[in-house]
Amino acid sequence: MKSRSDQFHELSSEALNDGFLREALTRASSSFQAAKTDAVDSMPDWEELRQRGHDRKNRAIENLPEALEVFEKNLRSQGGEVHYCEDGAAARDQILSIIRASGGSSVTKSKSMVTEEIALNDHLEAAGLSVLEGDLGEYIIQLAGEHPSHIIAPAIHKSREEVAELFHEHLGSDPNADIPELTRVARETLREAFLGADIGISGANFVIAETGTIVLVENEGNIRMSTTVPRVHIAVVGIEKVLPRRSDLATLLRLLCRSATGQRVTSYISFISSPRTEGEGDGPEKLHVVFLDAGRSKLWADPTQREALNCIRCGACLNFCPVYGSVGGHSYGWVYPGPIGSVITPNYVGIEKASQLPQASSLCGRCGEVCPMKIPLPDMLLGLRAKAVEAGSAGFSEKLSMRVFSLLARSPRLWRLLLALGRPFYRLVARAGLASVLGGPARRWSRSRSLPLPGRSGFRRWWREDAEKGGE
Amino acid sequence: MSEPKRASLFITCLVDFLFPGVAKAMVKVLRHYDVELEFPENQTCCGQPAFNAGFRGEARELALAFLDVFEGCEAVVSPSGSCVAMVKEYYPELFSEDEELRGRFQSLADRTWEFSQYLTEELGVSEFPGRRDGSLTWHDCCHSLRGLGVREGPRRLLSSVEGAELLELEKSDECCGFGGLFSVKFDEISSRMLSNKLACVEKSGAESLVATDCSCLMHMAGGLEKRGSKVQALHLAEVLADALEESGTGSQEEACS
Repeated sequence: MKSRSDQFHELSSEALNDGFLREALTRASSSFQAAKTDAVDSMPDWEELRQRGHDRKNRAIENLPEALEVFEKNLRSQGGEVHYCEDGAAARDQILSIIRASGGSSVTKSKSMVTEEIALNDHLEAAGLSVLEGDLGEYIIQLAGEHPSHIIAPAIHKSREEVAELFHEHLGSDPNADIPELTRVARETLREAFLGADIGISGANFVIAETGTIVLVENEGNIRMSTTVPRVHIAVVGIEKVLPRRSDLATLLRLLCRSATGQRVTSYISFISSPRTEGEGDGPEKLHVVFLDAGRSKLWADPTQREALNCIRCGACLNFCPVYGSVGGHSYGWVYPGPIGSVITPNYVGIEKASQLPQASSLCGRCGEVCPMKIPLPDMLLGLRAKAVEAGSAGFSEKLSMRVFSLLARSPRLWRLLLALGRPFYRLVARAGLASVLGGPARRWSRSRSLPLPGRSGFRRWWREDAEKGGE
Repeated sequence: MSEPKRASLFITCLVDFLFPGVAKAMVKVLRHYDVELEFPENQTCCGQPAFNAGFRGEARELALAFLDVFEGCEAVVSPSGSCVAMVKEYYPELFSEDEELRGRFQSLADRTWEFSQYLTEELGVSEFPGRRDGSLTWHDCCHSLRGLGVREGPRRLLSSVEGAELLELEKSDECCGFGGLFSVKFDEISSRMLSNKLACVEKSGAESLVATDCSCLMHMAGGLEKRGSKVQALHLAEVLADALEESGTGSQEEACS
């Protein structure tokens, strides 16, 4: 997917003016927050679980190259095929060639952010294939010609009315249909498509090296359908998803389900370790795992950013982020929104194309606090800001003002002089309500806040005078 | 009490320039507990604006200047959670490659206190004397809460003041949208966050909004004034100093609002 992350300012400005979006985001974040908080509060050993998850995933990421080899060996011995793709283009070609070789022409997909990353749908459709998203949220945005705005709830920005309108237009349903009716219409349409599809494409939440198993977590059952019914199943997987041992999984599953939707466990968890074997009644004839790198090795090699690979895509950092809650997912301009997106995107698409994202945070620290994997997101955002400055992305005036600021603050006499001289001037400006005299930042400040009006003298003077009087 | 404590005041640049009343109130409260105070004249700014903007070179320069001023102090106390978090969390990290310096910064970090934590943890104050009539609500400033773990201490202090009614603030731990330069670089987003916060403040029904960081208070006070709200934004130190006055009427010259 082409990145528009350098347009965060423009995109977020539009989003802030969208009243429907505001309502949808407020509703979604408060229900996600409540669900997660309840799920976590009901577990007294949550912090220990987080620590264990963090340690296990850290170990998995440290041993990533070895774990990938073990996975490959095991899946191959069970009849699956494994492909490695360095970038999106290679992955798209690989997937297309698997489909061509199978002779199939219709594809059903289950929700997968990694296929968004490589813009798979556009590529397959351009090659003449029919592609249908099987997840309800994904299906809605496919009909609308949009992209997901949330990692686990792709159509969170859409209201029921918009969906009813969309279904009416595309599927001829009642324009005033309620949610159960809309779900029924979608299920009928999708079920037909699942039954007739040649190829099923999924992502993966985890893959387990020890057993050569793909693990898929969902609530709707569409993943189960699209990985069982079609003749060919292709799982597109970021290389960071591999866990060395089966015993790592239980911890991470508990962290994922509770952090994502507040569920103890989701409705379906699929474990796929081979194509259909002799005697099995269903399942695909062929099973392919397409591993995608696309920037992950680079991230892996950078010790300050490597922990971003620990993300299990639960979406909690989005749900609790007051910035995401204000601007929504599309403002971030690429596949992954919210705090984790602001970390991953600059790493994957290049800091020069996404330097606004790490800045777009008040550094309130909530993301780090709610992350089940204990990814230090605020520190990573700070690290990326430093990287952006090193890479020369700061403007001349910002660089100059930081130099001057540092010079002044290192000479106490100049600093005191500046405060003393600045005071009457600032008071004049603040009293007269002339923020614009102070330039752009003060003008922007004053749109929604008044400038504070200080007294005639500062603390220093009071302290000196107080000392002369002999303190209290 | 045993030996009198000694502490050096770290009156952040913002407090010195805009909210000296907060610093005076802190002095009053600490003196009430017989803390011997000094104010190192050469202090300037902790460098947080540079650090947060990604200018680590400048941040290191200012950290070294801070070390120069405060290294010899027994304890450092400040009325600003985020500046204290800068000293405690990030100074040592900025010098992670220099063992000796890192150690010196860590030792300074261990002796640096946010005002409410100094009061409750170092001085062991759990009940605050005095009286101050009126309803209050508490906002958890992000860096105080998540960086330093300030949560129950100030709530306990405030509830123990006679006449003070502490009302719970919905979403008290959600950011007010300040974030330093964030508030002007992304002023529209910051303003939305502020208006969400102030809606909760107004909903609480409290007469005063209390917090422990003057930058967040400046932001919220500015927003309250712009909205024409009657709610007063106050630093914890101001409320406590007020309570010491016993009369229950405000004695501070400059509130944050």
